[in-house]
Amino acid sequence: MAEYQNIFTRIQVRGPIYPGTPLEGSGGVNRVGSPGYIHLFGRFGDAQVGPIYLGTLGILSIVCGFVAFEIIGLNMFASVNWDPVQFIRQLPWLALEPPSPQYGLHFPPLNQGGWWLMAGFFLTTSVLLWWVRIYRRARALGMGTHTAWAFAAAIWLYLVLGFIRPLLIGSWSEAVPFGIFPHLDWVAAFSLRYGNLFYNPFHMLSIVFLYGSTLLFAMHGATVLATSRYGADRELEQILDRGTAFERGGLFWRWTMGFNATAESIHRWAWWFAVLCPLTGGIGILLSGTVVDNWYLWGAQHGLVPVYPPTWGTVIDPATLPGAPQ
Amino acid sequence: MSDYFTKGILYAAALIGVTGGTAAGISMVLPMNLPPVVSVQRGFRGTGLDQVYTPATLAALQEQAKVPRSLPPASPAGVKASAAYKNVRVLGDLSVGQFTRLMVSVSQWVAPKQGCAYCHNVKNMADDSNYTKIVARRMFQMVQNINGNWQSHVKATGVTCYTCHGGNPVPKYIWFNNPGPDAAGGLTATQTGFGHPTGMNGSTDLPFDMLSPYLEKAANIRVQSETALPTNNMSTIMQTEWTYSLMINMANSLGVNCDYCHNSRAFSDWSQSSPARVTAWYGIRMVRELNNQYLDPLNAVFPDYRKGVSGDSPKVYCATCHQGIYKPLYGVSMLTTFPELKGPPKTTAMLMDPYPAK
Repeated sequence: MAEYQNIFTRIQVRGPIYPGTPLEGSGGVNRVGSPGYIHLFGRFGDAQVGPIYLGTLGILSIVCGFVAFEIIGLNMFASVNWDPVQFIRQLPWLALEPPSPQYGLHFPPLNQGGWWLMAGFFLTTSVLLWWVRIYRRARALGMGTHTAWAFAAAIWLYLVLGFIRPLLIGSWSEAVPFGIFPHLDWVAAFSLRYGNLFYNPFHMLSIVFLYGSTLLFAMHGATVLATSRYGADRELEQILDRGTAFERGGLFWRWTMGFNATAESIHRWAWWFAVLCPLTGGIGILLSGTVVDNWYLWGAQHGLVPVYPPTWGTVIDPATLPGAPQ
Repeated sequence: MSDYFTKGILYAAALIGVTGGTAAGISMVLPMNLPPVVSVQRGFRGTGLDQVYTPATLAALQEQAKVPRSLPPASPAGVKASAAYKNVRVLGDLSVGQFTRLMVSVSQWVAPKQGCAYCHNVKNMADDSNYTKIVARRMFQMVQNINGNWQSHVKATGVTCYTCHGGNPVPKYIWFNNPGPDAAGGLTATQTGFGHPTGMNGSTDLPFDMLSPYLEKAANIRVQSETALPTNNMSTIMQTEWTYSLMINMANSLGVNCDYCHNSRAFSDWSQSSPARVTAWYGIRMVRELNNQYLDPLNAVFPDYRKGVSGDSPKVYCATCHQGIYKPLYGVSMLTTFPELKGPPKTTAMLMDPYPAK
């Protein structure tokens, strides 16, 4: 018998078009477009597309995001003198850099980093508007606002990197450039400047929650899939009336791990792990250059650094020798 | 059944296509070493302070670094070159035998195809009208300066013309000030020095003109703080990216990893660095002096087609001598068979006035 299982589904489920829960108040009236099916979507999940709701916040967010995207893209295009071939070839490397340190927190000329500041403004506005939209859509559906707060955790890290920390240091030049490789190499340079971020305890926590999130996700997904033959994917029924699916899942983890998070609390585990990743990461970034200037030396002072015997004998900084060329 | 079979084929094809496409995309963007890869431990066990080599690259470098056969040594006795020939201003103290042997060798090292005529007016060898002869004279002074005054970097191994030239009239690895590709200008963002991959910055988006501030000018390379808590280190992240780019260039020039010199857990800490870092420190100062005192002043005699887009002289950097090898020519000293090039030079003055004087 053909089974409906999404990603690796063998059939397309095409029930009657479902317009969505009727909402109280004005929440439901702005949904637009006649819904349809997309076959490819049906292979991965729900084949139905629409009706959609954007609303004022959604439209403003997309407009602001588009403005930021255009500012970044057109300045990158200009950096190769409007050469379409070079634009495509160098696209992963092209950058819109923040103003140089001499401008501090002042608004620099457009071509000296002003565009970067404007792109940052519009991107931030877009992200914040989308956050409000997510919050309000959740409320309109009578849901909790967990998604909005999880998104807020990511926005916290984004704001620390591009806004709060540059404000504290007193220079926009401290912020992240726009660009695919540029923002990655910036991260590497950040670690180099502040004496190796691996010795930053908040960086450590952030990594724990990052990798922990992937681990939890895999464990949870695997458990549900492995017990769905007993009906574990019918979660509500199992919560109301414990069936053999959840019993087996719980027993499995008690046997293999000695502890069972339970089918309900695993979602809180996952949510907190995911949210704490950018929260702790943002704290680690915020402390760099403001409170701690060299994390390796800080780690050495606090017993984080293993000591191993020198391999090369005594090496002295030649700049400290008398008569050394400078 | 056949429907499942068709779909199975479809999914398999899609999976291979996506995986293969991603792999191809990544390999197009990122430089990769094909296996086998050999790692050599240099630091304390378990710290990963290893050098990584690919045998195929090493074989090519060893082929490239073959040292040419030297002519039999000449006696320092006999008539001096300055007495036998006109207009010998740097190598005048050599005997005629030494001088002739050196000149023949240099033509093999630098201009094997063009021969003497690459620098000399063969009808009047004393004539200075070829710019190449003025440059060559200055280069003799430079080699003697390196061998005489920069043993902190070149040790007793020293250098000869061949170290850099390797049979080429213009050394394979030189550089110019790089203003970057033309940007549209106007109101759009000006060229910031970032965002364009070249061979010099290791195909990263890091600054592509990373040599000008450090190997021509004397900008500060050090960015990390020497105290755990903030004191007065004003180094910016942008500045760190410039240093980073310089270090990538140095590592590539020598065909080594960062930890050939540094302990990567604490890049700035000298007490955990290898002695090679000290050698490199002197090398930076040496190259800076060579560019400022030898190459840049030759701008007056270089023809335009030898200059960079900004009209500047060709310059030296680590790769000019090292050419991808941690020790140029794998440490073979050609200076021992050509002691005539030992320095320091009698005079470091610019000898650019043409001869015969007009």
